[in-house]
Parts: sequence; C-alpha cells; structure tokens
Amino acid sequence: MKYNPRVNEAVARVEGIANGHPYQPEKISQGALQILKTLSECLIEITGMDAITLQPAAGAHGEMTGLLIVRAYHHSQGRPRKKVLIPDSAHGTNPATAAMVDYAVENLKSDSRGMVDITALEAQMSEDVAALMLTNPNTLGVFEQEIHKIADILHAKGGLLYMDGANMNALVGKVRPGDFGVDVMHLNLHKTFSTPHGGGGPGSGPVAIKKKLEPFLPAPVLMTKSDGTLGFEYNRPQSVGRVRAFYGNFGMFVRALAYIQANGPDGLRQTTEDAVLNANYIRKGLEGTYDLPYSTPTMHEVVFSDKVQAKKGVRTMDIAKRLIDYGFHPYTTAFPLIVPGALMIEPTESESKEEMDLFIEAMKSIAEEVQEDPQTVLDAPHSTRVSRLDETAAARKPVLRWKPAV
Amino acid sequence: MRYLPKSPADREAMLKAIGLCSVDELFAPIPAEYRLSRDLKIPRQMAESEIVDYFRQRSRENGEGYTSFLGAGAYSHYRPVIIDSLISRGEFLTAYTPYQAEISQGTLQSIFEFQTMICELTGMEVANASMYDGSTAAAEAVMMAVRLTSRRSVVVARSLHPEYREVLATYATHQGMPLSVASFGDDGRLNLTEFEKLITPETACVLIQSPNFFGSIEDVAAIAEIVHRHDAMLVVSIAEAVSLGIVEPPRQADVIAMEAQSFGVPLGFGGPYCGVIATREKFVRQMPGRLVGQTVDRQGKRGFVLTLATREQHIRREKATSNICTNQALVALMVNIFMTVYGKVGLKELAKQNLAKTAYAAGTFSEHGKVLFAASPRFNEFVVQTKEDPYAINSRLLGHKVIGGFPLKKFYPELGNAALWCCTELTTRSAIDTAVGLVAESERSVRSPKEADVEEVTR
Amino acid sequence: MAYPTDRKYTKEHEWIQASGATATVGITDHAQESLGDIVFVELPKVGAELAAGKTFGTVESVKAVSDLYAPASGTVTEINADLATSPEKVNKDPHGSWMMKITLKNAGELDALLSAADYEKFVAEEAGH
Repeated sequence: MKYNPRVNEAVARVEGIANGHPYQPEKISQGALQILKTLSECLIEITGMDAITLQPAAGAHGEMTGLLIVRAYHHSQGRPRKKVLIPDSAHGTNPATAAMVDYAVENLKSDSRGMVDITALEAQMSEDVAALMLTNPNTLGVFEQEIHKIADILHAKGGLLYMDGANMNALVGKVRPGDFGVDVMHLNLHKTFSTPHGGGGPGSGPVAIKKKLEPFLPAPVLMTKSDGTLGFEYNRPQSVGRVRAFYGNFGMFVRALAYIQANGPDGLRQTTEDAVLNANYIRKGLEGTYDLPYSTPTMHEVVFSDKVQAKKGVRTMDIAKRLIDYGFHPYTTAFPLIVPGALMIEPTESESKEEMDLFIEAMKSIAEEVQEDPQTVLDAPHSTRVSRLDETAAARKPVLRWKPAV
Repeated sequence: MRYLPKSPADREAMLKAIGLCSVDELFAPIPAEYRLSRDLKIPRQMAESEIVDYFRQRSRENGEGYTSFLGAGAYSHYRPVIIDSLISRGEFLTAYTPYQAEISQGTLQSIFEFQTMICELTGMEVANASMYDGSTAAAEAVMMAVRLTSRRSVVVARSLHPEYREVLATYATHQGMPLSVASFGDDGRLNLTEFEKLITPETACVLIQSPNFFGSIEDVAAIAEIVHRHDAMLVVSIAEAVSLGIVEPPRQADVIAMEAQSFGVPLGFGGPYCGVIATREKFVRQMPGRLVGQTVDRQGKRGFVLTLATREQHIRREKATSNICTNQALVALMVNIFMTVYGKVGLKELAKQNLAKTAYAAGTFSEHGKVLFAASPRFNEFVVQTKEDPYAINSRLLGHKVIGGFPLKKFYPELGNAALWCCTELTTRSAIDTAVGLVAESERSVRSPKEADVEEVTR
Repeated sequence: MAYPTDRKYTKEHEWIQASGATATVGITDHAQESLGDIVFVELPKVGAELAAGKTFGTVESVKAVSDLYAPASGTVTEINADLATSPEKVNKDPHGSWMMKITLKNAGELDALLSAADYEKFVAEEAGH
C-alpha cells in the first residue's frame, strides 16, 4: 500500500481550495486553475504525451473517456471501427469499458512469458480494430518488452495503442509511454500519485493523449487567455462531450500535485526504483516456497500461484486470510485470471526492508503450516473480531440495508 | 522530502540478496532506447513548508472571503467539524478497498449504514455504495433502465442540470441511443402535455430532476403516472440532497440518481462529490456499482461483505452492468457522518432554514426584479430576471465581495437576462439585503455593459 | 455420482430429459460441483424461443457467472420458480432440480447429445487436461 502523505490532506483543506465553488467567476478561480495547469504539465511530462484531460472521476472512467476519444478519432478519419483487442491478463474494467462505448471485445492471448503474443496480435490485427488496450507493465508485473513491435503492428493498420496506466508507478521517471508509441492512456492518481485509498475511493483518472487526438478531448479544456489569465474553453466542436459535471475530482488534483512537489524529479525516480526493488526482493524471498508461474523479470509486482498449497486443499484466499493473523493486509487474490489461484503481491515503495523481511517470513511460515496443519490456515483468520464471513449466504438472500424491528 | 523508508545501505543489501549489482539491472526489461536518461522536467523537490505555502498562495488567488449565492448543483452547507476528524483517521483514510471483509468491517458497516440512510431518505428499497457524482449516477441510471426495458431511447427534461444532460448525451450518443428533450412550461416545471407526446414505444425511460435546475419541485406523481402508462421507467435525479429533509421523496420513481454533496462534502471546485443510485429490490441485479450486504461469520456473529459482485466488471467483464470499479467510499463516509450528526429532526430543521432563507431572498428580490416561476413550489433556488445582463451585474457585485447568481444565458437563452440564485442556512439576512440592494441599484441605472467588464466573469 | 441414464447430456454440462414432445432441462452434478455454491439462477421467461446451443440463462456463484446453453431448440413452457428463492437446491440435487421445461421443436436434436456413459467419460477426460 502506497503511503498517503498527511501534508496532502492539510493543503487540500486550505480555505480557498476546499471551498471554491465550481461556478465562481474565473477571475477569482485563478488559484484553482493554476493547480490544474501545473498538474497537467507535470503529468504530460511524466507520461511523455502531448495533452491531457483531468475530468474523468476514476481509472475506469478514464478508460471510457480514452476509448470515446479513440472512437471519435476513427470517426473523423471516416472509418469507424468495430472492435478493441484486450489481452487475457487485463483487468475487468478494460472489456467492460469497451462494451460501454459499443466496441466488440476480442481477447488476445498471452505467450508463455506472460506477454502479448506477437504472432497472435499480428494475426488478429485488422482495419476493424480500433485499439489495443494494453496494461504496461501488465497485471503480472511484466513489462511488455516488445512494446515497439506492438505499437508498430497497431499503427501499421491505423489502430491506436491505448495504455491502461494502472501500473504507471513502475515507470515514472524511468520511461515514458509517449516515447514507446502509446497514443492514449489513463492514470490512476491514487496508485501512482498517493491520493488516499479511502476504503475504495474517490479516484481520479486523467487521460493523456498524443497531439492528433487533442480535438476530441472532453469539454471544457483549460486554456491561457490573451490577457495571460487562465480559463476554460467550452467551444470544442469535435469533443467527445462531457464525461462528468464540473471539472473532475479537483481535491485529488491538489493531493497529487503536493505529492509531485514533495518528490521532485529525483524523488519520483527513486520512488519507482524502490517499488521495483521491493517487488523483486519479495520475489527472491518467496521463490521456491510458492509457485512462480512466469519467470519473466518482475517490475512493481510479483504474481505467485497456490499450485503447491492447493495439493493440501489450501487456496490463495485461505493463505490471504491467514496472513491477516500475522498482521499483514493480504495481497490481491485470484487475479489476474490467467494464473489459477493467483497471489498478486505489490509491496510499493512505502515498505521498509524490515517490514518486507517480516512479510517474507510470515509467508514462509504459512507455507509450512499448509504442510503440517492445513486446517489452521483453512480456518483463518483467528485474530479478527469476526471470523470468515459467509459470502454465499449474503449473495443468496441479500440484506442490503438495516430495517427497524417490526 | 521523500516518503521512502529505505537507507542506501538497505538498498544495497536488498540488491545483493536478489543477486544484482545495480538498480539499473531491474529496469533491463525496458528496451534501452526508451529508457529516460534525464530528469523529468517537473518542479524541483519542495520542502513541506514550501508546499503548504504554495497552496496558501493559490488559495488567496482563488478569492477568499466572498459571500456566494451560487448553487446550481454544488451547494454550500455547514460541515460539522467531526466529519474531518473522523475521516482523517488512518483506518478510513488510507484503508484499501474492503475485499478482505474480516479486516474491513468499519468501512463495510459505514457503507451499509450509508445504503440504509439513502433508502430511508429516498423511499427506495436498495441503494448502492455510491457512484462518482450526480451526473454520472444519472447517466448510469438511464443505462440501467435501458437494460431493464430492452428499449433504447430516452426522454430527458430540459430542466435537468445542463451539465448532467451533457454527460448523459456523451454516454448515450456513442451507444446510439436516441435522446429527446422535454421542455418546461411557464411555471418552470416539465410541460406534461408536450412531454407525453415525446414518449414512444421505444422509450426506455424518462429522466427528470426534482427540485429541478431552477429549484422548482416537479409533480413527480403525475409524471410517474404518465411514464408508467407507457411502460417506461422514471429516473429522478436529485442534485440538492438537503431538499429531502422537507420535500416528499420521489417514491413513484423507479430509479433515483442522487448527488449527496450537500451532506457534508466540501465544494472543492467541483469534486470529488458523491453520487448514488437507489432503486427497487427487483431491479438490483441491473444496478451498477458496489453493494455491501449483511451476513454472519462462522460463529453466527453479524458482519458485512461486498456482495452481488457478479454484476461487476471484475467478474462479468464485457457483460458487466458498468465498468465502474471504485466507489466514492471516503466521500460517502462524509455523507454518512453528516446524516448521522443531523439525524431525522436535524435534517428537517436544516431544510426548513434553507426554505426560510430562500423565501425571504426571493420575496426581497421580487420587490426589485422579476422572480420567474414564482408560482411553483421551490426549495432553495430561484431564478431572477433582470433588465441588465447578469454577467454585468455579477461583475459589479464582485467588487463588493459578493458572488451573484449563476447566469443562465449560456444554457437557457430563452430566459433572457436571468440568473439562478441560491440561499442555504449559511446565507445571512444581511448578505441577502446587500445583494438585493446592489442588484436593485444596478436595475435603476441600467447601462449597456462594457464588453470588457462582462468578459472577465464569463463562464 | 452416477449420471442418470434416463436423459441426455451436453458438453456444456446441461442435462435434458425428454418425454414425448416436451423436455426438462437442468445442469449436471459436475457443473454444480465446479461452480461451487450457487447463489442465483437466471432463467428465461415462459414463452421464450430457444435455439439449440444458444444461451438461455446464467447461473452464478459468489465469484463466477456461467452461461447456460440450450441442449435443444424449443419453446419454454415452465420454469422452476423455486430456484429464485432457493438456488442452493441445484447444489443439493442437480439432477432433480430442473430449471425449465420446453416443448421440443425437433426431438431428433437429442440424438446428437451424449449418453450418461459418454458424458461421464467426457468429464473424466476434461479433468485429465
């Protein structure tokens, strides 16, 4: 879990920032607009793209915005296309988004290294394909090493390369998607720029694009007026339209900018390096104890499987529950879908070496328990106020609200 | 200042354990020609004191100390101090999505309470764990109706928040769903006879807002009757949640799409806010967004889990009800705390104060200008028509540290020189008197506005 | 579990039991076993026209959704309303908890389906992969 700096919270609550009304005259909104501008410039530089919209309210909303831009672009080329290619390792939001903007989804299989199968991509690519939605590094924590080939294959047939920037925290300061052929991408401000998780939100999903896609950005677009002041431009005839009321999750922009300022270029680079170092340290520590389905180099997260433990009837969710007893928040279970029984571990840069040593020790200890006393693991957690909750009963007879006793 | 706990020695030891000599080797999978060999061109690292100072300066540029009469979908209500105290607790602020129920009971219970209170307030049977905001909630509610009815066209009221209408247009047009717009009558409310003519056998749903964008309360019962007669669904958007303290909830609706910002969420220049969808139990499987349900643990103890997840993108992928993945958890918590602090009686009292302030302001304005749609019941907003361009009036008000009503010309040119004014419990009588006095003064000495004056405040 | 020999099976793990021009459809023990605890069954409306091999509904566990495929073409005459409130019955008695009854369009379609023995063999082979 990435650290959520407290100074972010403090500056987000400064009177004129917390209480600005979205419709107050631009003349007295220059401070807010300056924050939008500075953050936009930073994110454009970090991604290596040409322009950006901060309007989308979350990552998935950014995906929708990005694909709407893709759709509008192809339309303007006089060639609306029908489908979007999505690797089988992708997060569920990718296919769901494609369906929402009325594209057919075509699955793209991964090769034995956990990367996009280039031959399959070549075979599936056609002038009906609007875009490939690629997460890079992908959900296995693997960098698509043949990214240049992927981009070339797409571009040769007029398709666009969409990058799901969910894992941008593995790249900041080290490599820029704009430099390796990405045409449109979204960012998740919580994942890479430390806005608080908040128990599941709010998010913020800026979408960065290459120059040729600029006319299609959602309206309004931030601009510098002739007198040097900042304002919004609403007259955007080719825009995909508005994706939410007002200008986006402004409070999250404040926090993200404060984070970028606290780090600077050297700090952001070191952050990325530490995140990748931590994931590799855990991989080294647990290799041999847990099955590693893909031995391809790891970036910011490592995915093991429960193959060894499953023989004792213990699955990834059971190991996760047992980890709670050791004082750790469990890793992501059962994702990505291409790894049966996945344990997806993303330590982030925020954990110290001591903490990770404890984690590795805990995971090894659980692996031993699985061999010697699997029931202890199957019954976990033992230390929480409630024990394992009955999700089946919750889904069969949903109780979704409290009702007063009759 | 960095948020990194490792010392150079730690890093060295870790690299050694992995069997590497330098950190660069970790990035070897990235083709060399793409690797960045320079610093990012972003501001240099700043000290905490510099960061705080930077944002204080921006705050001052944002104009502090103004009295505002702006509403139009974002409302300035008092936020009890306890809200920020509680949401700043690490257990809420930094907690991950509650996938691991056993260690997320606090988050889950708070969402369960949120769902419950939203149901109580709206008269619906189920509410989700929140959506991005009121505009996207309305668009998603319409998509839900499209799935439920297997019809594809939508009728939307012109008195719906214009930006909500724009968002709906974005969601609908790219999926080829025809939209038609139903106009409002002389009373500022939906013109029922004209509106019924727009409903066809292909109409999935009708989307209205109440109180509508002009602050007028729609006759939801009559509208529902018409909509249901055509086997279409009625979606009601509520942008000003405080109205529910005193206005009868639109129970006749099939789906309610709400913006709960009024309940303790800072204006924050437009976000993050808190949308929510509430509906009937029988429609729950087509509802987008997270849901929390009650269950028991192995000892039979009550607890909460995320449930009915098969509707969602991580399981159903391209067949999901929506691509939404997050909810507004922390903001929903603000809303939850607000509702809890005010309670049944407090919310009613709060709504009454809003009503009283608005009645006073509208009454005072009508002595000097024309208050439109005055015959319709309203909550805390009203439309003032003036001889002078409202941008010019606002420009002059700004000099007195008053932010006037929201000029309607851009979205409703048919209303001429009109602006939407809003009063809440925070608006003082003296502020109202000052604003009315300044508007009246303007009206007495109408002059043609100088372009330069107007442009400055144009939105 | 032994698969009843009074019916036919599909490779998508549905069973169909014909009696003259009408037939009863459900899912197999193997299907319920691999799905885990079933929490919801979505069935077509009475009167719906089904085409062999096309989906007619879904069955959900807590974390998975599976499509149901029509073993034969026909018109739905009845659905098992009991499953709306007690989906767990599919887990407890898959071969007794029928999902729908249909009027067969072409009873000959059933000839192409698997016998109990063939289905059992198919399941065993599938597990071997």
